[in-house]
Amino acid sequence: MSKQYETVIGLEVHVELATKTKIFCSCSTRFGGEPNTHTCPVCTGMPGSLPVLNKQVVEYAVAVGLATNCTITQNCKFDRKNYFYPDNPQNYQISQLYLPICRNGHVDIETAEGPKSIGIHEIHMEEDAGKLIHDEWDDCTLVDFNRSGVPLIEIVSEPDMRSAEEVIAYLDKLRLIIQYLGASDCKLQEGSMRADVNLSVREAGTEKFGTRTEMKNLNSFKAIARAIEGERERQIAILEDGGQVIQETRRWDDNKECSYAMRSKEDAQDYRYFPEPDLVPVVISDEWLAEIKSRQPELRDEKRLRYKEEYGIPEYDIDILTSEKKLADIFEETIALGCKPKEVSNWLMVETMRLLKEADMDASDLSFSPKNLAALIGLVEQGKINRTVAKEVFEVLFREDMDPVSYVEEKGLIMVQDEDALRSTIEEIVKNNPQSVEDYRSGKKKAMGFLVGQTMKAMKGKADPALVNKILAEILG
Amino acid sequence: MSLMSLTAVELGKKIKTGEVSVREAAKASLAAIAAREEAVHSFVTVVPEEAVLARAVEVQRLIDEGALTGPLAGVPVAIKDNMCTRGLLTTCSSRILGNFVPPYTAEAVLNLEKAGAVIVGKANMDEFAMGSTTETSWFGVTRNPWNTEHVPGGSSGGSCAAVAAEECSYALGSDTGGSIRQPSSFCGVTGIKPTYGTVSRYGLIAYGSSLDQIGPIAKDVTDCAAILEAIASHDAKDSTSVKREDYDFTAALVDDVKGMKIGIPRDYFGKGLDGEVKDAILRAAAVLEEKGAVLEEFDLSLVEYAIPAYYVIASAEASSNLARFDGVKYAYRSEEFEGLHQMYKKTRSEGFGEEVKRRIMLGSFVLSSGYYDAYYLKALRTKALIKQAFDKAFARYDLILGPAAPTTAPRLGESLSDPIKMYLGDIYTISVNLAGLPGISVPCGTDSKGLPIGMQLIGDCFQEKKLFRAAYAYEQTRAYEHCPLAKKGVSEDE
Amino acid sequence: MAKNVISDETIDYVGILAKLELSPEEKEQAKKDMANMLDYIDMLNELDTTGVEPMSHAFPLHNVFREDVVVNGNDRENMLANAPDRKDGCYKVPKTVE
Repeated sequence: MSKQYETVIGLEVHVELATKTKIFCSCSTRFGGEPNTHTCPVCTGMPGSLPVLNKQVVEYAVAVGLATNCTITQNCKFDRKNYFYPDNPQNYQISQLYLPICRNGHVDIETAEGPKSIGIHEIHMEEDAGKLIHDEWDDCTLVDFNRSGVPLIEIVSEPDMRSAEEVIAYLDKLRLIIQYLGASDCKLQEGSMRADVNLSVREAGTEKFGTRTEMKNLNSFKAIARAIEGERERQIAILEDGGQVIQETRRWDDNKECSYAMRSKEDAQDYRYFPEPDLVPVVISDEWLAEIKSRQPELRDEKRLRYKEEYGIPEYDIDILTSEKKLADIFEETIALGCKPKEVSNWLMVETMRLLKEADMDASDLSFSPKNLAALIGLVEQGKINRTVAKEVFEVLFREDMDPVSYVEEKGLIMVQDEDALRSTIEEIVKNNPQSVEDYRSGKKKAMGFLVGQTMKAMKGKADPALVNKILAEILG
Repeated sequence: MSLMSLTAVELGKKIKTGEVSVREAAKASLAAIAAREEAVHSFVTVVPEEAVLARAVEVQRLIDEGALTGPLAGVPVAIKDNMCTRGLLTTCSSRILGNFVPPYTAEAVLNLEKAGAVIVGKANMDEFAMGSTTETSWFGVTRNPWNTEHVPGGSSGGSCAAVAAEECSYALGSDTGGSIRQPSSFCGVTGIKPTYGTVSRYGLIAYGSSLDQIGPIAKDVTDCAAILEAIASHDAKDSTSVKREDYDFTAALVDDVKGMKIGIPRDYFGKGLDGEVKDAILRAAAVLEEKGAVLEEFDLSLVEYAIPAYYVIASAEASSNLARFDGVKYAYRSEEFEGLHQMYKKTRSEGFGEEVKRRIMLGSFVLSSGYYDAYYLKALRTKALIKQAFDKAFARYDLILGPAAPTTAPRLGESLSDPIKMYLGDIYTISVNLAGLPGISVPCGTDSKGLPIGMQLIGDCFQEKKLFRAAYAYEQTRAYEHCPLAKKGVSEDE
Repeated sequence: MAKNVISDETIDYVGILAKLELSPEEKEQAKKDMANMLDYIDMLNELDTTGVEPMSHAFPLHNVFREDVVVNGNDRENMLANAPDRKDGCYKVPKTVE
């Protein structure tokens, strides 16, 4: 390849909002459920039905806009986007074209190349489509409208990204912001966050953008990275051959690692947007805006600074603890219950991370309560259980979130604090292991470990190791 | 005398006092339908006698228990077939909805049911309310009960014909560009299109969402006020529904127009207006003047621009509203097709009639890439100017008075051949929808052919009470004229 | 004579947008009808609308909202009752993928 090419990438990110009901009707947004059991005349496009906007959708959209430094459109409207497809029950989607709720924002990302600001062109509210299930047996498609009308925001970036690394940093930044706001769980795999990649290439140093394509069906960071590389190469190959890139929508097949055009002669890609006559404008007053602003939670960047100042824990810990809102929440709530920050951090950084990895889970799936973690930490601090026992108890806590205090009592795991009882057990062990005693006395200090181990075994793990050491030392002189 | 020759409120009174039972009223309606449907064909669906009588028994019980005390309790009604009725076929007079049985009832109809209405049938209409003659119905034309060689007007032609033919006591219609007022005028009945947002559109199968409004059709103004009082509501299911301060429309039924300022737009009396219609309207205006109203001629302006603006806006909205009829979720699906897109195309091409297709295509075109600004936005700007013109007029006048239509009912088959000529027939009614205003059509005589003429009164937004007052005062000066068909009587009458 | 001329391409394009299939005769008629209508609509160009805000709603309602509370339950049978074809609780359509 003789020429140097630069990749120019913009993203359209769809995020399903965490509302209880759909955007225009009172049907549940809950995942799962038999097909079409969360549907009504509105979200199945029944003749005569009318949409009524869910207020929470506006509040979430504004919250995301504020957190991404957008200007809020205080007088915004909905428009209809017209196209025929069976997952679209009205054959139009209610969306926003002319006056989207947020505009002109940016988020700051950090990559190996250093810090960079990625512009956000706009954020708009819209409704999700239903699900199409392809029935190979019957050679037909089945339509389920349970997802039809689930609220989405679409975050449209400026074409500011130049590499897959930047794209992923940007997506991760958005994910964290939105999760922190509680506006969505942003799971790429489950489709609650979806990214379409607009990509073009141009000769390095030129000003003018090349012709872009839009790629859909990217449901993991890895797929996004592969699709970007694949599409970059495809476009460069076309240009090197003296050809021209066609502006089109392409579907990425991550198994075959290639994309193909979604064109059809039956699709005109002419959406005939016009103002939705069934909905009235949304006017966001200064007061309402201030109210939403005042409710904005602390976001990750602010949290990081505060953790450093307030808790004095290492950067590395802070990075991990704030990488998922759920983790940060557990961390803070456990501290609020009186535990030492470093102690809580250790439980989260070491044991929690290990168990998450073993179970192949996300931190967002954590289900144990700060209250029970604090109780467990309390048991250790009070010397009621030792660390080995505590780790075992934590494994149960991680899975079942039980009350560790009653658990250790029921299971008889509380350490024996009675020094006399412990002393008589140790004396017994010393008597039964003369060889070890002799080894120790002849300078093989390792033998001490064996005796401690034997004692712990005899005590079924319920002895305080420090106390065992102390008594052994006394007896052995 | 047939019970059906009474007004709805008169019949309601007799039912309330026990002089007439709900069952007798229902049977009289069904008998009239049986006798006159062949000549008029007002209905797409007549509710089976069993079901009507079961409902009559239920309503009678509620009246007897004192749970239903309103003026319409037990009175038989026809509902235009574009309003959803749970468990009852709702077709919009279209093949594409030919077997659609809605799982829910339109809010306006629910309100009527709460008031004790007994629904006897679903009234014929122009397909999807697109038309001015009720000739575009897939289920066949409705004829004008005054002269069955003529059209009843449209699109609520079935509703108006059913009221005029005295097949029911009153009816609900819908009005997007004149679809209540023009057929009311042609059929010699009274019909009002309320201010946009007064009656919930939930369950009304949309044609032009920003223009559609449900309204009453009856023999007189008193009925219309009572019906509107029953159906108007602030509905949380319709975002464009307005919470009004006044719903007591019957309080406006006062025979007094002294000092009321009525503007007569010169633009409504120019070229295109039939001479006999003009004379009748001016005579009616003179009656109001005699009663103390202050009449003044003025120039409303922009009247001729309302029609093109309307057709751009209504067709654009319709092209989108009617996209949902695709053979996937309900009703008609073509028998033979290959693949999804052919299913769409065949279903829609076979399911929609000519006029509907014409408007869907026009609407798709004016919204398409490159034309949106030139057509759609231009029309919305024109709409703003029309609204301003009305605002200016209502700064000076309480009401505007004019004809509801330029002619009396044309003969069957005369109108469809030239769409634009047909559209011109809506010239006096259409701008009222664009501006969201209330308008009422009141019978004011017949022409030399014996066909009814309607006077239209237009009010400012939310000024229905002024409309009712003036219309009521005018009505006191003349008796309701029963159409010849209704005068013949029904042999099966009880 | 109509001033606007609707080409075959335009009418085919509108057919794709509106999902309508027209016979050759219908197509000719549609071209004529649309051209006539557009000529008529072009009357609007006589109006100077400079600076006039396009008006989509006749009066200024705003902020009509629902609270985020689940009200609807499972009403699947009613929703599917009118479906021309159904299977496994879903609406059945010709396959959408090749």
